[in-house]
Order: sequence, then C-alpha cells, then structure tokens
Amino acid sequence: MEDGTLMQWRMKKGDTVNRGDVIAEVETQKGLIEIEVFEEGTIEDLLIDEGTKVPVGTILALIKPKVAIEGQSSTQGEKAELQPIEEKPEVKPKEEKAKEDPTVSRDSKEKVMASPLAKRIATEHHIDLSQLQGSGEDGAITKQDVEQAITQQNGKRAKATAKKPSDDSTDNSAANAVRSAIAAAMSKSKSEIPHYYLEKNMDMMSALTWMNEANKDRTVKKRLLPAALMIKAVALALRKIPELNAFWENGLQLKEKINIGFVVALRNGGIIVPALHSPDLKTLDEIMEDLNDIIPRAKALKLRSSELSDSTITLTSIGEGGADSIYGIIYPPQVAIIGFGNISEQAFADKGMLGVRSMVRVSLAGDHRATDGLTGSRFLSSLNNYLQNPEEL
Amino acid sequence: MKKEEVEQIVFSSLRQIAPDTETMELSPSDHFRDTLGLDSFDFLQLMVLLDEKLKINIPEKDYGEITTLGFLVDYLAKKVGDE
Repeated sequence: MEDGTLMQWRMKKGDTVNRGDVIAEVETQKGLIEIEVFEEGTIEDLLIDEGTKVPVGTILALIKPKVAIEGQSSTQGEKAELQPIEEKPEVKPKEEKAKEDPTVSRDSKEKVMASPLAKRIATEHHIDLSQLQGSGEDGAITKQDVEQAITQQNGKRAKATAKKPSDDSTDNSAANAVRSAIAAAMSKSKSEIPHYYLEKNMDMMSALTWMNEANKDRTVKKRLLPAALMIKAVALALRKIPELNAFWENGLQLKEKINIGFVVALRNGGIIVPALHSPDLKTLDEIMEDLNDIIPRAKALKLRSSELSDSTITLTSIGEGGADSIYGIIYPPQVAIIGFGNISEQAFADKGMLGVRSMVRVSLAGDHRATDGLTGSRFLSSLNNYLQNPEEL
Repeated sequence: MKKEEVEQIVFSSLRQIAPDTETMELSPSDHFRDTLGLDSFDFLQLMVLLDEKLKINIPEKDYGEITTLGFLVDYLAKKVGDE
C-alpha cells in the first residue's frame, strides 16, 4: 500500500479527541479504513482536504496533547502527527458504512475504561466500547470483552444478512464475517499456543447399546444422540482433571463451572461454538434438551451472548460417516479441545480375543503452557471409563 | 394418504431443517443426508418433524436403513398405511 484518499473527516478543528477515536476515513487499495487517534487532546488543524490522495506517511492533522491544554503554561503545544495508513487496515463492510459511526463515543466527557489494546481492537472492528460491560479491574474493558463483542457482532451481521438470500453479495459478507472471526481466533491460537496432541481409541459398544435401549422408551423427540453421552462423559472427566477446564490468562486460571463449547457446523460453511452450561450437573435428557434448543439457534445464528462467551473448554465431534479422527485447535484463552471422530466398526482385541466393536478415536489438544501430556492422558483415561459405564452418566 | 402427499411432507420437513434446500432437485435415488449435508442432529430433527406431521412411530433401529429419498418416502407411506 503506497497511498490513500482522504474520504471524510469525522472531526473538525477544535474537537476534543480521545485515544482510539476515529478521526477520518481513508480509501485505500485494501478498502475503506478508519484512522484512529493515539493521543488525547484537541484538534489544532486539519491539513488535508477531503478527496485528496496522499502518500503513506503524510501528516493529516495536528493534535494539541491534553497535558498542554490543562497546563495552560505550556506554550510549546506538542504537535501529534497522524500517519494516514496503517499496514494492517480493516476493511469496513459496506452495509455498516453509516454516516454516524457507532464505534467511538464522540462525547469526550464519557470516559470509558478500557485497555489500550482493547480500544484498538474495538476500533478496528467498529465496536462501541460504551456499550460493553468490562470484566477487568474496576469494570475496565479487556481485550477478551472486545473479542466477545466482535463474535456477537459477527453473529448479528450474519443473522441480518441471512434474511436476504437473494442478495449474493450480502450472503458473502455474512460468511466472510464468520470466516474472519474463525481466522482471527485460530491464527492467534496457532501462533501463541504450544499444542500437544493425544489420542485414545475408545470402545463405544456399551455406550451405544445402553443408549439404544434407553431410546426404546423415549418418544422420537426425547431420543438421545451419542453427542449427549460424549458431552456428559467429558464434563464428568473434567471434574476429575480440572486443570483442563481453565483459561490461560497470566498463568493457569481454573474455572469452577464447566461450560462445554460444542462445535456446530453452519450450513453455508463456517462453524459456531455455543456453550452448554454445566452439563456435569445435568441429566442426559436435560443435555439433550439443551442441544435441541441450542443447535437450531446456532445454525440460524440466533445465540444469546452468554452462549457465545461462556465456554471453558471445546468439544468437537465429526459425526457419522466423517473422518476417523480430528485434532482440534484450542480456542484461546481455553487450554484444551477434545475431538471425537466418526464412530465406526473396528477390529478390537480384548483379553486375547479378537472381535468387532463400534469404536471412536478421541483426541485431546492441550496447551502445553498450562498442562502436560500426562494430565491429558489421565483425562482421556477418565473419559474412557465414563463411556464404558454409560448407566453412570 | 397418497405417496405424493407423503413426499410433499418430507420435502417441507427437509426445507424446515435445511432452509436452502432445493427439494425439486432431489431424486429418489439420492442419499439425501449426503446431498443436503444433514448431520445426525439434523436427521433426528427430521424424524421428529415426520413423527409429528404423520403421527407415526419410526423406531431408532430403522434409522440406518433410511438412506435414499425413495426409500424414506416408501417407508413412510407404508407406515402411514399400516397405522
């Protein structure tokens, strides 16, 4: 990127600006980007006219820093320079190109407590910080809060566009929003988290036999799916190995509640991961009810915010007829992801005898900063024990 | 109930589960789960809808046999006739 055209000033001379405020829109080869301010102060002068094409590095505006305003004695009035184009611009979807930008509160008196990183990400993704509830110290908005909001926004955007199936370009932008959310989370994971992988081949015979018997007494609507058994078994095994039900945030933070993020594939590509709350405390029927409620809403991108943000660990299941095993990528700040492959008949040796059994390959990807392979191995053994005793689920 | 009516109920149920389904493009020999990309949850939802609309009981042991659209329609038409 070499140059950009200043399309619109969002601020005028004399306006007060805060760190993270959007001051202008610039059209570049990579799309329309918003220029944010990294200083607090007052706009002293706007140097470039709207519609002017300028090379990267051009000073766009002069900002008098806040310190200089408050301390009237300062006559120097340090001038902040603005670089027009960053190397990492966010392309703003056309549908959101409204005149009033909801991203940043223009009211400079309304001070939002947020980390600089959170502000920056919020600005890049057009998130209004004043609408967020901070989970940091004194209610400060953290990077995680913003990332959650982005996930929700992407969901809403996709939902809004899903109503217009005839409009291909809008469909694409919905799919793109989901795609870029996945891309961001997975890139971050693979670049930051040292994954270790384990796999155990588990006998599903007892679990499936038990389930089929149990389903005979159930109406079609109440029938159990293997996924319900997997979820419950994972939740119970996590109670025994709590180190995997945790976040890696300044060290290992164990989570008291077990909320399992269940990967749901979207019909038009992409995935969404709603949280199933406390399945360790629920019966299989209750878990099945949760699935019946949440999966259709997940596919329609109609999830509640808590369902998108509460997961403490992720479970992904390939389902019938799919690949035999799946090795997941951890969703940060979680520290583990469990993957169930396709349940299939396999030759199985037991007590010196060969037989044919329904088997499933279960993988665990763990964050090696948080736990070691031995912990992961203990978890898989515990999970296997629960699956061999389905009546205890 | 005529076979055509059963077929229409199957199509409308499929459209409920997979809204983007072009049911007209399905042929009786199609393995509709693969063609429409239905996962096991979608399939269970389909069984629930058919159970509600046709007032029949589809035992779980029969799930494995229901592969093609033609088989499903024949199976349901027979069930409706029997019950």
